Amino acid sequence: MTVDKNYERKRKLVNSFGKAIVFISALLLIIITVSLFLFVTSKGLSTFIKDGISIKEFLFSTTWNPDREVPAVGSLQFIIGSILVSAFAIMISAPLGVSSAIFMVEIEKKLGQKILQPAIEIFVGIPSVVYGWVGLTVLVPFISKHFGGLGFSLLAGILVLTIMTLPTITSVSTDAIRSLPVEIREASYALGATRWQTIRHVVIPAAKSGILTAIILGLARAFGEALAVQMVIGNRPVIPKSFLEPMSTITSIITMDMANTAMGSVWNDALWSLALLLLIISFTFIIIIKLVGRRGMYK
Amino acid sequence: MKKIEVRELDLFYGEVQALKKINLDVEANSVLALIGPSGCGKSTFIRTLNRMNDLIEGVKINGTVLLDGQDLYKEVDVIELRKKVGMVFQKPNPFPMTVYDNVAYGPRIHGIKDKKKLNEIVEKSLKAAALWDEVKDRLHKSALSLSGGQQQRLCIARTLAVEPEVILMDEPTSALDPISTMKIEELIEELKNKYTIIIVTHNMQQAGRVSDYTAFFLNGELIESGPTDQVFYNPKDKRTEDYITGRFG
Amino acid sequence: MKSKLYDKIATIYFYAVAVFLILFLVSLISYILYQGRTKLNIDFLTSPPKFMEAGGGIGPQLFNSLELLIITLIISVPIGLGAGIYMAEYAKPGLLTELIRLSVETLSSMPSIVVGLFGLLVFVTMTGWGYSLIAGALALTVLNLPVMTRVSEDSIRSVPNSLREASYALGSTKWQTIVKVVVPAAMPGIITGIILTAGRIFGEAAALLYTAGMSSPALNFSNLNPSSPTSPLNIFRPAETLAVYIWKVNSEGLAPDARQIADGAAAVLLLMVLIFNILARWLGSTLYKRMTGEK
Repeated sequence: MTVDKNYERKRKLVNSFGKAIVFISALLLIIITVSLFLFVTSKGLSTFIKDGISIKEFLFSTTWNPDREVPAVGSLQFIIGSILVSAFAIMISAPLGVSSAIFMVEIEKKLGQKILQPAIEIFVGIPSVVYGWVGLTVLVPFISKHFGGLGFSLLAGILVLTIMTLPTITSVSTDAIRSLPVEIREASYALGATRWQTIRHVVIPAAKSGILTAIILGLARAFGEALAVQMVIGNRPVIPKSFLEPMSTITSIITMDMANTAMGSVWNDALWSLALLLLIISFTFIIIIKLVGRRGMYK
Repeated sequence: MKKIEVRELDLFYGEVQALKKINLDVEANSVLALIGPSGCGKSTFIRTLNRMNDLIEGVKINGTVLLDGQDLYKEVDVIELRKKVGMVFQKPNPFPMTVYDNVAYGPRIHGIKDKKKLNEIVEKSLKAAALWDEVKDRLHKSALSLSGGQQQRLCIARTLAVEPEVILMDEPTSALDPISTMKIEELIEELKNKYTIIIVTHNMQQAGRVSDYTAFFLNGELIESGPTDQVFYNPKDKRTEDYITGRFG
Repeated sequence: MKSKLYDKIATIYFYAVAVFLILFLVSLISYILYQGRTKLNIDFLTSPPKFMEAGGGIGPQLFNSLELLIITLIISVPIGLGAGIYMAEYAKPGLLTELIRLSVETLSSMPSIVVGLFGLLVFVTMTGWGYSLIAGALALTVLNLPVMTRVSEDSIRSVPNSLREASYALGSTKWQTIVKVVVPAAMPGIITGIILTAGRIFGEAAALLYTAGMSSPALNFSNLNPSSPTSPLNIFRPAETLAVYIWKVNSEGLAPDARQIADGAAAVLLLMVLIFNILARWLGSTLYKRMTGEK
């Protein structure tokens, strides 16, 4: 076939150009991440640098009076609120999520893939404001009627987050369990183990690091979720003394107060510090996942 | 006339030497069969002739390969080279596009846009690959709807469409049924009038049926090469004889 | 035998969990749709909201959500696809690749409220655009890019190597191989991914509160002047979306029928997400079938 020299030159140029374009696209991800860290950090640190509030007070005091003459921005109650609501939610959703993953891979493959898997994907897809709305209109009145109190409570937050973290945990642990080699199951069955024994003593231990990753990802989602939680927990800046009391979280206070504050005020700066804290926590989760993943056996 | 001359060719995958001091000439318009037990280096060798090994990380090559007297690794642009030296793979690998687009792919990437010219090339190539009659009514159907044997002939047509001078075939019939295999062997017979063909095969009978020359590889070395009749019926090396008579491999 | 009994109990337990989850999902969806049923009409979907009186609709919010979705996809799909191509086809093991991967993972688990604040700072304040559609779209791009990158990378990686080899063997350049063979072969996966992420973008609210804003000027659809504040083509106008509206109605809804409006909006949002989900499945399998000639 005859060769058009011009065309040859052109397509080699396009070849290099294409590579440059996709490289820049990939680089953009680093640029966005780095600038996100830089901007949030620089804003978040001004509480401590510009406003002269000590990190100790911010992290360990519960006095939240950001609009007073001498503002106090102790945020311990938000931090504890976030931990409580996420940790309890995960305690419920992790066993449920891992169980449904086991159901899909080990018990009913076909039914699992046809019905449960799409169901889980729909769970993921439902927007958080819809979860929040259902929580607000169903859960909150239900709690108020049957358990007392206003209904806006730690319990409502936990239940909403349970549903929202469940699909994350299910789908990630499903992948982990599915990727286990078939031989390890066969080996167990060949020794006369029942299915439950195989699941308990072989499958779950072997998928341990994947399941752990799933749980941490779920925790990260719970920690970062803002609106659904904010809609049902009552937003009182205190540490709840029971499951039925209203409370606040890091995300809920940011959501509530950001619009009411002027940029540069101590109040506003404190919200940015909370955002920075959120950023650090979410990055820590990622690092933990990386470390867990490195230890995984079947990779 | 010598189409390809290989001189003192070494190939390493990292530390492992996969080809050792290969010296081999390929006559123009002939069929050369490369035989040998699996892992002997015949597939690796064929891939040095169109530099497909370039795509693999950590491959190092010493020695020279000349195509029409030009050094493939020094004087020839790899894209030009692959246009001249086409390749058919072990498993049929048509693109997930229509039959037509598969054949037109090569000419298109080399800059042919004219619809009429493309039509001509597609028809000519499919005819040359003895596939035209079977697919002329379904040119715009997915190539993946063809049978395995048809897919492999489509891959041959796709190769022919770029008008190569040499065609490399890496066990082209190993994934096919006997009838499809026969069709491809007949095709090879016909194609050699216009092209130089190098075929890797693990099937002795096939080598005997289609090739003019045969080269026997073992453990990365070229043990013996020459006219097929001679290699098959009068091998110089004991190891060749053992392999051909089925004592190992 | 004890172990057999335990096995039976465990099996029953696993079935119970699965059945519970499915029943729960079904009742959740039916509840939302049932509550919003009276609002699923053209009037509600197209008319503007009212503030102190009943009978308002969600027209501008629905339109804003769709426009925001489209603009976000226009920005994030090409970049995400490009980054996915780079990661799957070019990236060599090394520090840079590790950094890109870490960025993708960090961004994809970033709380969306934090992304929203970043957007407030950079796209709203620093650019001087104020609360605007484009600021919202850029914030959503930050959320969507890592997902898009991952989806593209995975789909591209799953394209068999034999196709790349066939293309190279015909003398194509790497770029030609990527553009003409690899990406088209990965298309069913990529498109499914795009539609699924579209559902997520559509429902996102936290990242939009402080970027696209919580107000929506009345739109005049005959006004095609992109610089006019009432023009639907003006990307610098504040643009409250459906998801943001649901949140806002609950916290500061003044209309007497705020509850019904939120019910209706939630039903519409859920329906849209379900449609995206079904569309993704259907399109993915149709494209795949067409490609493999099973049609």
